Amino acid sequence: MHFNSKNYPSIAYFYAANHSSLHNLTIMANFTLNINGKQQQVDVDPATPMLWVLRDHLNLVGTKYGCGVAQCGACTIHLGDVAMRSCILPVSQVGNQPITTIEGLSENGDHPVQQAWLEHDVAQCGYCQAGQIMNAAALLKANPKPSDAEIEGAMNGNICRCATYVRIKAAIKTAANS
Amino acid sequence: MTIIKTSIGRRSFIKSTALAGGGFMLGISWLAACKSGTKEAEALLTMPKEWFDLTGFLKIGENGVVTILSPNPEIGQNVKTSMPMIVAEELDCDWKNVIVEQAPLNTAIFTRQIAGGSESIKESWKPLRTAGAAARQMLREAAAQAWQVPVDEITTEAGVLKHEKSGKSAGYGEMASAAAKIAVPKEVKMKDAKDFKIIGTPRKNVDGLKIVTGQPLYGFDYKREGMLIAMIASPPSFGMKLKSVDGTAAKAMPGIKDVFTIKVYEDSYQKQWCDTEAFNEKVVVVGNTTWEVMQAKKALKIEWEPFASYTENVQGWGGPQKVTVPGGLENSADQRKKMADLTAKPANVLRKDGDPEAAFKSAAQIVERTYTAPFLAHNTMEPMNFFAHVTADKAELVGPIQTPEFMEQTVSKRLGLPIDKIDIQMTRMGGGFGRRLYGHFLVEAAVISKQVNAPVKLVYSREDDMMAGVYRPAYHVTYRAALDANKNLVGFHIRGGGTSESPVHANRFPAGAVDNYLAEDWTLTTNVSTGAWRAPGSNFIAGAEQAFLDELAEVMGKDPIEFRLELFDKAKKSPVGKDNDYDADRYAGVIREVKEKSGWANPPAGVHRGVSAYFCHNSYVAQVVDMVVENGKPVVQKIHAAVDCGILVNPIAATNLCEGGMVDGMGHALYSAMTFKNGTPEQVNFDKYRLIRMSEAPKAIDVHFVKSNADPTGLGEPLNPPIIGAVANALYKATGKRVYDQPFMGGAAVLG
Repeated sequence: MHFNSKNYPSIAYFYAANHSSLHNLTIMANFTLNINGKQQQVDVDPATPMLWVLRDHLNLVGTKYGCGVAQCGACTIHLGDVAMRSCILPVSQVGNQPITTIEGLSENGDHPVQQAWLEHDVAQCGYCQAGQIMNAAALLKANPKPSDAEIEGAMNGNICRCATYVRIKAAIKTAANS
Repeated sequence: MTIIKTSIGRRSFIKSTALAGGGFMLGISWLAACKSGTKEAEALLTMPKEWFDLTGFLKIGENGVVTILSPNPEIGQNVKTSMPMIVAEELDCDWKNVIVEQAPLNTAIFTRQIAGGSESIKESWKPLRTAGAAARQMLREAAAQAWQVPVDEITTEAGVLKHEKSGKSAGYGEMASAAAKIAVPKEVKMKDAKDFKIIGTPRKNVDGLKIVTGQPLYGFDYKREGMLIAMIASPPSFGMKLKSVDGTAAKAMPGIKDVFTIKVYEDSYQKQWCDTEAFNEKVVVVGNTTWEVMQAKKALKIEWEPFASYTENVQGWGGPQKVTVPGGLENSADQRKKMADLTAKPANVLRKDGDPEAAFKSAAQIVERTYTAPFLAHNTMEPMNFFAHVTADKAELVGPIQTPEFMEQTVSKRLGLPIDKIDIQMTRMGGGFGRRLYGHFLVEAAVISKQVNAPVKLVYSREDDMMAGVYRPAYHVTYRAALDANKNLVGFHIRGGGTSESPVHANRFPAGAVDNYLAEDWTLTTNVSTGAWRAPGSNFIAGAEQAFLDELAEVMGKDPIEFRLELFDKAKKSPVGKDNDYDADRYAGVIREVKEKSGWANPPAGVHRGVSAYFCHNSYVAQVVDMVVENGKPVVQKIHAAVDCGILVNPIAATNLCEGGMVDGMGHALYSAMTFKNGTPEQVNFDKYRLIRMSEAPKAIDVHFVKSNADPTGLGEPLNPPIIGAVANALYKATGKRVYDQPFMGGAAVLG
C-alpha cells in the first residue's frame, strides 16, 4: 500500500500509520522537508525518526546515532532555532519547520561554536561532538551569555564518553565571547 | 644523534603502494584545522600532480606536499595526529605541508597496527622516526647526486635541501622523484631530542575540521552503492542460546530482504584472544534502511533456551587452552556473595616476601578493608558496526576495529579465504576503550554479506551493544596491613579476584616497599563475557589500593603524601624482593610534582583534598582532587595531575587525553554499573546506565608533565585508574565517610 501526499499527514493519519507498522501495514508517505535551506523530498514511513531520514535517505551522516531514546544527544539537530533529538522526532511531525543539521550550521565550518571547538581542540574520538556543537549553538542563540550553571544545565543531556566536558564548556565560553 | 638500523625494505614499500591504491590520496590538511579552520584554508594546500613513495610510510608530491600514513587505529587517542608528527620530525618537513591519511593494514611495513595498551606511541616511536629519517636520507642522496656534492654536506630544514658551499637548494618535492629511486638506507641518523621542532609542540587534531562540520569519518557513516543494512538479535540473557526463530512476519515488512541465522564462528574453530563472544548463533535481519530493519527486528518471533555448560578451544597468550563456559542464569547479588566467599579464604599465592603470617600474628594493630566494583559496559558512543562486501574470491571490510591485524586472521579462517584476499580498512572510531579489540561484529558482517551476496553494513543498536558486551569484570579485593606498637607498617596482604580475571598483580607497588608481603588471587568463572576495558587490570585495583593507603596513612598518623614517599624511599634504598614492577624514583617524582603544583600544604578554604598515585601502562601519574560540598552534593572543583610519560609528543592532545581519562575514570567510579538479573543485563540504554555528564565533571583540570628525555609512553589509560582513589579519598575528607563499593554514588538520579 502506497500513499503519497504533498500535504502533511493529519495527526489521526500519523497515529494510524505509526501503529499500523506493528501489523505490517506501514504506509509510506511523501514529505517535503526544508533542510539546511534546501527543499528535500523523501518517501518514507511517517514514523521514521528524522535521524534516519537524514542519515539513510538524505546522506547527511553528521547527525549521529547514539541511543535512539533521547538520552545521549548525539543526534541533536535544530528545528527552527530549537535543539531537538532527531532520534525520537518522527518525520511526520516536522511539517514546514526548517531543519538545520551540523552540515548546515555554517557554509565553511566558520560558525563561532565550530571555530571555538577547533581553537580548544575539543574532540577526542569526535563522535558526539556534532550533537554537542548543535546543542551549544542553540543555547547561545537563545542565551548569548550563559553562566556556567546555564551551560551545564543546557549541555547535561549530551554524553561524551571520552569525557571532554571541560573543553566543551571552555569552547562554549569562547564562542559566547566571540 | 642516534644511528639505528632500518628494517624497511623495498618489497614492503611496494606492497603498501599497491594496497593504498597508489595514485592520489586526498585528505584533510592539518592546516585547515590548525590555522583558521575553514574549508578555504584547506584549499590552500594544492594537491600535487604525482606522488613519490618513500619508505612506505610517506609520499611526497612534486610540489612538496607530504602525505604521511598514520599506521594505527584511531579511537580518540589522537594517534592520527601524533604518529605522523613523529615521522615529520625526522623527515624534517614543514608540518604545514603535511596531509595525514589512515594507513592500510599492512604488517609488512607497519609494526603493531593495534589500538591497545596505550602502546601505539611507545611501540612505534623508533619505527616512525626511522621511516622519517630514512626518507630524509634518500632525499639528501638524491640532491647529492643531482648537485654532484658529498651527501654529508647536504642539510635540511623545513622541507628544503641545502648545500651551503655551492649555495644550491631545492624543495623536497623537486627531489622526490629521484629520491624514490634510491634504495632505502641500511642505517639512518636520528635527531637529538633538543633539536625537535615538531615533537613537543601543540598540533591540533588533523580530523578537527571534518569532525566539527559533520563529514563522514566513522564506520557508522560508511556507504556503498547497493549496500544493505543488517542488524542482529542476540539472546537477551547470558546463559541463553537460540532455540527457534520465525521470521515470516519480519520478512514481509517493507524494505526487508531476508531473515536468517548465522554462526559467528564455526563449532571447531579455535578462538584467538580477540574473538571473545558470548553468543555464537544469532538471528539476522537484512533490509534497505536502518529504521525498516529496526522495526522488522521487533517482529521476529524468537525462542531462546538456557544452555548447559560447554567447552571452547581458545588460543590464549600461553598457548591453546580449553575454557569451560558454565551454564546458568546469573545474578549480580549471587556473584557478589561468591566473590566475598572466595576473598575470605586462602587463594593462589602470587608473591610472598618475608614472613607475612608472623607479621600479622604479632601485629599490635591490623587494618583490614574490602573494596568492590561492578561490571562495566564500554559504551563507545558509536555502537559496534562494520561494512563487509564478500564475494567468492575476496572480502572487503571497512569499519571501526582496534585489532585489524588479528581480525584479518579470524575472518580469513571463517570465510576460507587467504589473508591476501582480505582487505580491512580502518575508519576513525567513535571510541574504543577496549571494546573494539573484540571484533566478532566484523566477522558477523562478513558472514552476512556472504550469505546475502551483497555489500552490507551491520549496525548494532545501543541495546544490542550494551547487552552483548565484553564487559569490564566485577571485582572484589581485601587489603590488610599489620602495624607494630609504634604504628610502623610491618606487613601487607592483598587477596582478591574477579569474574574471569584477577586484578591482583604480583609485583606492583607496594610490593618491594614492605618487608613482609603477601599477594593472593582467585577468579570466579562466569558466562558473562568479559575483557579489556580502558586500563584493564588497573581500572579497579588502583582505586582500591590508593584508598587503602590513604586510610592506612590516617591510622598511622601520617600525611598521605609523606607516607607514600617514605614507601618509595624504602623501595629505592632497600627494595624488598625481586622484579618490582616500577621505578621508585619516577613514581616519587610525580607525587612530588603534584604536591608542589597543587599547593598540597595549603588547600583553598573549604576545599577537601584526596591524593592518589599509580603506575600502569608504562606511565606514572599522581593526582590531587579538590572537592567541595554544595547543597549536600560533592563537587570536584579541580583536579591537579602530574604525569611522567617520557618525551611529550603533542602537548595539546596529551593534555586533552589526560583530562578525559580522569573525568571518565571519576564518572565510572561515581555512577556507572552493569548488573544482571537471571543473566539479563539490567541496564540496556543510557536511561538506566549512568555515565558522567557535564554538570558532574570537574570545574577545572591542571595537567603537569614531568620533563623527561625517556622514550615516550602512552596516555590513553594511565590517567584513568588512580582518579578512583583520589576521588574516594576526597569524598572521605568532604563527607567524613569512607567509600568502598563502586559506584560510590550508586543511588544518584539519572540525568537525561
